[in-house]
Amino acid sequence: MRTPTTRTAKTPTASRAVRALRTPGGLSVRLDLRALTVVVLLLAAALAASVLLIGTGDYPIPAGDVLRTLLGNGDRGQEFIVNELRLPRVLVGLLVGASLGLGGALFQSISRNPLGSPDVLGLSQGSTAGALVVIVLMSGSATAVTLGALVGGLVTGFAIYLLAWKQGVHGYRLVLVGIGVSAIVTAVNGYLLTKADLVDAARAVVWMTGSLNGRGWEQVWPLLGLCAVLVPLILVNARGLRMTEMGDDVSYALGVRVERVRLVLMVSAVLLTAAATAAAGPVGFVALTAPQLARRLTRSPGPNLVPSLCMGATLLVTADWASQRAFGADQLPVGVVTGVLGGIYLLWLLVTERRAGRI
Amino acid sequence: MTVLVLVALASIAIGAKELSLEQVWHGLFHASGTYGDVVVDERLSRTLLGLLAGAALGLSGAVLQALTRNPLADPGLLGINAGASAAVVTAITYFGVTSLSGYVWFAFAGAAAVGALVWFLGGSRGATPVRLALAGTAISAALYGYLQAVMIMDDAALSRMRFWTVGSLSSATGSTIDQVLPFLAVGTVLALLLARPLNAVAMGDDTARALGAHLGRTRALAMLAATVLCGAATAACGPIVFVGLMVPHAVRSFTGPDLRWILPYATVLSPVLLLGADVVGRIVARPAELQVGIVTAIIGGPVFIFLVRRRRTAQL
Amino acid sequence: MKATGKTHAISEPRTTGETNNRRSTVNRLSAENVTLAYDQRVIAEQLSVEIPDNSFTVIVGPNACGKSTLLRALSRMLRPSEGRVLLDGQVIQSTPAKKVARTLGLLPQSSIAPDGITVGDLVGRGRYPHQGLLRQWSAEDERVVQESMARTGVADLADRHVDELSGGQRQRVWIAMALAQQTPLLLLDEPTTYLDIQHQIDVLDLCAELHEEQGRTLVAVLHDLNHAARYATHLIALRGGRVVAEGAPNDIVTAELVEEVFGLRCQVIDDPETGTPLVVPAARRARTEVRAAATEAS
Repeated sequence: MRTPTTRTAKTPTASRAVRALRTPGGLSVRLDLRALTVVVLLLAAALAASVLLIGTGDYPIPAGDVLRTLLGNGDRGQEFIVNELRLPRVLVGLLVGASLGLGGALFQSISRNPLGSPDVLGLSQGSTAGALVVIVLMSGSATAVTLGALVGGLVTGFAIYLLAWKQGVHGYRLVLVGIGVSAIVTAVNGYLLTKADLVDAARAVVWMTGSLNGRGWEQVWPLLGLCAVLVPLILVNARGLRMTEMGDDVSYALGVRVERVRLVLMVSAVLLTAAATAAAGPVGFVALTAPQLARRLTRSPGPNLVPSLCMGATLLVTADWASQRAFGADQLPVGVVTGVLGGIYLLWLLVTERRAGRI
Repeated sequence: MTVLVLVALASIAIGAKELSLEQVWHGLFHASGTYGDVVVDERLSRTLLGLLAGAALGLSGAVLQALTRNPLADPGLLGINAGASAAVVTAITYFGVTSLSGYVWFAFAGAAAVGALVWFLGGSRGATPVRLALAGTAISAALYGYLQAVMIMDDAALSRMRFWTVGSLSSATGSTIDQVLPFLAVGTVLALLLARPLNAVAMGDDTARALGAHLGRTRALAMLAATVLCGAATAACGPIVFVGLMVPHAVRSFTGPDLRWILPYATVLSPVLLLGADVVGRIVARPAELQVGIVTAIIGGPVFIFLVRRRRTAQL
Repeated sequence: MKATGKTHAISEPRTTGETNNRRSTVNRLSAENVTLAYDQRVIAEQLSVEIPDNSFTVIVGPNACGKSTLLRALSRMLRPSEGRVLLDGQVIQSTPAKKVARTLGLLPQSSIAPDGITVGDLVGRGRYPHQGLLRQWSAEDERVVQESMARTGVADLADRHVDELSGGQRQRVWIAMALAQQTPLLLLDEPTTYLDIQHQIDVLDLCAELHEEQGRTLVAVLHDLNHAARYATHLIALRGGRVVAEGAPNDIVTAELVEEVFGLRCQVIDDPETGTPLVVPAARRARTEVRAAATEAS
């Protein structure tokens, strides 16, 4: 049997190195070399940050030992700390970051707005409301809180979609309806917070900030399962999404079933962000900044789904590591760090973009 | 105007403690220190504060919408509320300021600082609606992170802040009013004077210039007016959303786009909304009360969504 | 509005009844008794239109006569509330989206170039209906993109960002994208809006070339009646959602028709360059006199 010879051909049509991998059978895959490089580098960064993060804490472990333990050759004490305590936490961080990054990229692309992230559209607030109801009104367990947040996020997500529906979901309408819903839910959250006694309120605020403290394997598996189903589904629909960025008319003319693509991707994005928020709380700004950063690195106009995913994971784990290094183990929830850093980054973005005369 | 008077009366008459109309009358005009009189006195300051804050929020919203040419601009959207909140948290936590009269000034400074910062970042020259909104959202988000960090590390701050950040008129006293009144007066006059030049700005930069408007000056003054108004209101009542957004829209639907009409009407109608919301908040949750910020958001959110849905997509 | 006898005597003679019952067996694209409406606002009722194969059909009419709406219906952007649009004898809505997209291309009035996209990349996106998950970028795709850019004269711009281009260049890029779609039918919604006169002619020349050299069927909505008369092989004049006249410009463009459709008094003379009809609006005085007379009479 002849082995299929693959050849790469640089497309002269674009300066960006878009290459196609083709087989004699007529199959071809688009490869964007720059995006590929970015993804590889981000994955390496995420891995490095994860190893560092596992090594950080009240009982520091050198990176070499961490690696050895992960590969199954560590001593027993380290094995327990690494595999039972810190690894699941890091995995939750990676998965949550990846889900938020991917969900943010989807929302920004669907709404055609760099601000159209789940934080702005009210999904995070919806999850928060779900969690607050459980914390304040029922004083529920951690599992119940997770469940409440999941339900809250999903209900809010679908409410926004339905309210924004009017012969199709238009990007701007989606953003604005989201902002409206978000304000209502924020008020409800504020009310719940004033109703709570101080202990519950403190617990609620920590949850609302988003934190990886005490996350374990029981959070890893559901998230991993969800990602395993949704990520391929999203990537299959990504080509349609790329087209919708040129306006509904053009993409429709090109044979994209715009509404169907949008529905599938919206549902996936809502599921991803709701699950991520349920697992770690509404970690601010990852969904907003990850796609923007990824876009700047790949310099590609498309939705940049995979780079955003990697960027989200890298960002979250790095932020968690930074917060633990700077303020001591488990002192400052990761959400505070991402919120402040994300805000500063956005400001910087505004200043430079203003100089460049874009925005 | 009549509606305003009626709502103001309702605001005085209705409260967690039931009083007869007679008692209210007595308290208003023949105050003699009875229990009822004290209650009425409190409600009076509260109503006055509601009037002032409502007018200020509505006016600043209308000015901001004209300035940014963004029908959905709101003091909250531009980060001014967040600026005030962050400054108040700082005052409570790090400077040990506990009295309202103390942190009013911090809130005001915070709002002004954020206003200036948004203005600078959004591009003092050639500010576009998108850029201003982006700058505001970015600043809000960063300040929000800071707020939460403080609230997590300091339970005392949390216990106070969680009440302040929902927006309420209940902390009103005569001294609060005295302190914010000068700012509100200056801001209101400034805003009303700006109606004409802002009308020109609403036509687009080039047209405005062609019409002979001083773009830079008008923008800077309008931003100043909006910041002063909204900063003072936020300082006194905490962040109240949607009043500044809703009222100018409602007004525009019957006055048309002329700011010379919109601004005065917004000044009168916003207190109606705010006081109305406050009264509703007192009725529905008796004997406790629902903070006015929560009520405006719960009323305002659906109105906002309705506005968005009603518009044709092309107009958005 | 009833059709003027004269125009129909010269063009294909037909009555309204015949139009409504005609089966579209000949032409690839046609609308049968369609009622077009946005929400509750009805734009056109019982409208029937045939697009002759291999023609350069231009739809003209005053503002808000439904010409863009008709084009949207023909390109399945708008689902008729009654009646049907047929493409190759099949109802267009029930044909798979990608199959339609390989037969019929559309250049809409509003299109968004994603931030920072290059010309080559944008034109490449026109290949979407020919691609699949495992056929993302074939050699054929690449060849067609090159060819489309060469035809529209934007090959040199391939590496430039679309947002840096001038209006005329940008329109050429979008046309290149529609060409890369390789459809035998191409619909253009006011392709010359916002362009200066040189670029308008440029774009129309390009359309004419595409039509003559490649035998594509082109349907365009145009504002300028003289452009329409010069370039179209088949003209459809709409007013108030009705076809007032259709046929070759030489046959149907008369002073009466222009007055009926646009309400403008004019002379129609021969274009000295091409011999096609040229509409010259009557002088202001002549028109005001007529208007005065009309007012007096009423």
